[in-house]
Amino acid sequence: MTLSRPAKWAFGLMAVVCLAFIYVPLTVVVINSFNASRVFSWPPQGFTTEWWHAALNNPGARSAALTSVLVAVAATLFALVMGSLVAFALGRYSFFGRQTVSLLIILPLALPGIVTALALRTAFKPWLGTSWEWLGVAVGPTVIAAHATFCIVVIYNNVIARLRRMGTSPEEASMDLGAGVFTTFRLVTFPLIRPALVAGAVLAFGLSFDEIVVTLFTAPADVTTLPIWIFQSLFRPNQGPIVNVVAALLVLISVIPVYLSQKLSGDPGHAGGRI
Amino acid sequence: MPEATQVSPTADPADAAVAVALRGLTKSFGDVVAVDGVDLDIYDGEFLTLLGPSGSGKTTVLRMIAGFELPSGGQIELSGRDVTKLAPFERDVNTVFQDYALFPHMSVLQNVEYGLRVKKVAKGERRQRALEALASVQLAGFEQRKPSQMSGGQRQRVALARALVNRPSVLLLDEPLGALDLKLREQMQVELKELQRQVGITFIFVTHDQEEALTMSDRIAVFNQGRIEQVGTPADVYERPTTSFVAGFVGTSNLLQGSAAEQVLGSPGIFSVRPEKIRIVDVQDQAEQGQHSVSGVVRDVVYVGAATRFVVDLDVGGYLVALQQNVQASSTDVMQMRGRDVRLVWSRDHEFRVADAT
Repeated sequence: MTLSRPAKWAFGLMAVVCLAFIYVPLTVVVINSFNASRVFSWPPQGFTTEWWHAALNNPGARSAALTSVLVAVAATLFALVMGSLVAFALGRYSFFGRQTVSLLIILPLALPGIVTALALRTAFKPWLGTSWEWLGVAVGPTVIAAHATFCIVVIYNNVIARLRRMGTSPEEASMDLGAGVFTTFRLVTFPLIRPALVAGAVLAFGLSFDEIVVTLFTAPADVTTLPIWIFQSLFRPNQGPIVNVVAALLVLISVIPVYLSQKLSGDPGHAGGRI
Repeated sequence: MPEATQVSPTADPADAAVAVALRGLTKSFGDVVAVDGVDLDIYDGEFLTLLGPSGSGKTTVLRMIAGFELPSGGQIELSGRDVTKLAPFERDVNTVFQDYALFPHMSVLQNVEYGLRVKKVAKGERRQRALEALASVQLAGFEQRKPSQMSGGQRQRVALARALVNRPSVLLLDEPLGALDLKLREQMQVELKELQRQVGITFIFVTHDQEEALTMSDRIAVFNQGRIEQVGTPADVYERPTTSFVAGFVGTSNLLQGSAAEQVLGSPGIFSVRPEKIRIVDVQDQAEQGQHSVSGVVRDVVYVGAATRFVVDLDVGGYLVALQQNVQASSTDVMQMRGRDVRLVWSRDHEFRVADAT
């Protein structure tokens, strides 16, 4: 389709405005993390790395970051196993109720986070006081389980899309050539779905890492993930600059998984998930 | 290939030459009967083609022989051994898939070595055999390529090498030439047939292309609606089709039936005569001894280069197609035939009675 010159300019302008609407506030956060003014006066008063030093040496922020990483890793590993198993069951076998199960698996993505959070909090009540100490920080099994509910969806979506695209013929060819079920999985199926697993895992990690609503509702009192730490710090005096640095860091860090997952899945826009 | 000709000692000597035996083979998918009681003996070293339109059950039969589908009923024997319930990896057959099904994450060499690798053949020997197999399909030097870096015809050869390297007793080919363009397809038809003669392995070849079937096969089994309509040599199937379906599917059907058959041939039933056996003469001419003739009007003339196809509406009803070589005639000559009264003449030896359509 060919567009007239004015139309091109109009659409181009709309695109720029939309992108600016999203990215200007984020840029301000990053700039403010170097702003010499404690109250973020605009334009910036001067350049300083003081807040970055303070933030990187802040024990609260550091242990919260470690907690987030541990929770995200645990939830992702759990989801990798469960999500792949579900994807194989639904993608390779037909059975009564398959459509229903497929819908039920995907639904958590669409449900309002606050509802999921409330429901999980009610369900997890007896274990809400339980926390484990891993690498010196408190980690809650309830948070991990809660995060896994939506991480599974991401893994499932990636793996089932991959299974559909590759069809059954590579596996049939492998068995035809004399390989048993496990050899076929090891030499053919797994290598072929590995990109989907990696892409799904990266995305699941990202989702878990910055999740706040479900975390607030399901975390034991002594478990503080990074988003929770930011949330709490906002109401404390003089924490503003440090929160800004952490936020800026998160922006930079979260770009990486999205970029990687697009690269690895080789099918941008198909990964799906709330980010 | 010793495996290919070896006879299982337990087999009945009368069955010695049978490589694959299908007995009352049936397969249903839900309410749909895809294969409906197929009986067929396929002999050692034979090139047998399963020919039929899509949905006729030929691919399902192949997939059951390979072990990808379990039959709903009936039995499959490989060299006298019942393999009906065995998994694909427990059968001495290999398949060349329609989409080739090469492993995209492996090099060409790794693809070809795969069967030997999972059967724990020593590294040196399997490398040796894989290289030989690749050389036999003219792909020496391509070992390190990935399948995605090769053309359709080359992938086809890799798939062949990957199957043949295992020296199976039977090779199954599921429309392997379907994705190739015409020139390459014709070339591969010749090469495949050549290869089959060299290795002496039984080939079971699935296609919907009647010319391909006629070109390559020792015998053809014509499938229709899950059943075999006729089994025979290409000449059998083409010149002496036993049913109107076979007459129509293998070649142009050209049927005379009902009152037209009775008036022209003097007996009721369905008769067929191949277009190239019919001669077009002046409407005044009479048929000679041993010939049949019928008059009509040329409805359509299709110039196809070496020959011309005439569609003639018969005065007794129905129509016949006649194919005439353009020995002398030019395209302008033949085009002037449209609308003319003509007489069609053929030898009685070339007409054959066919069974009614199923």
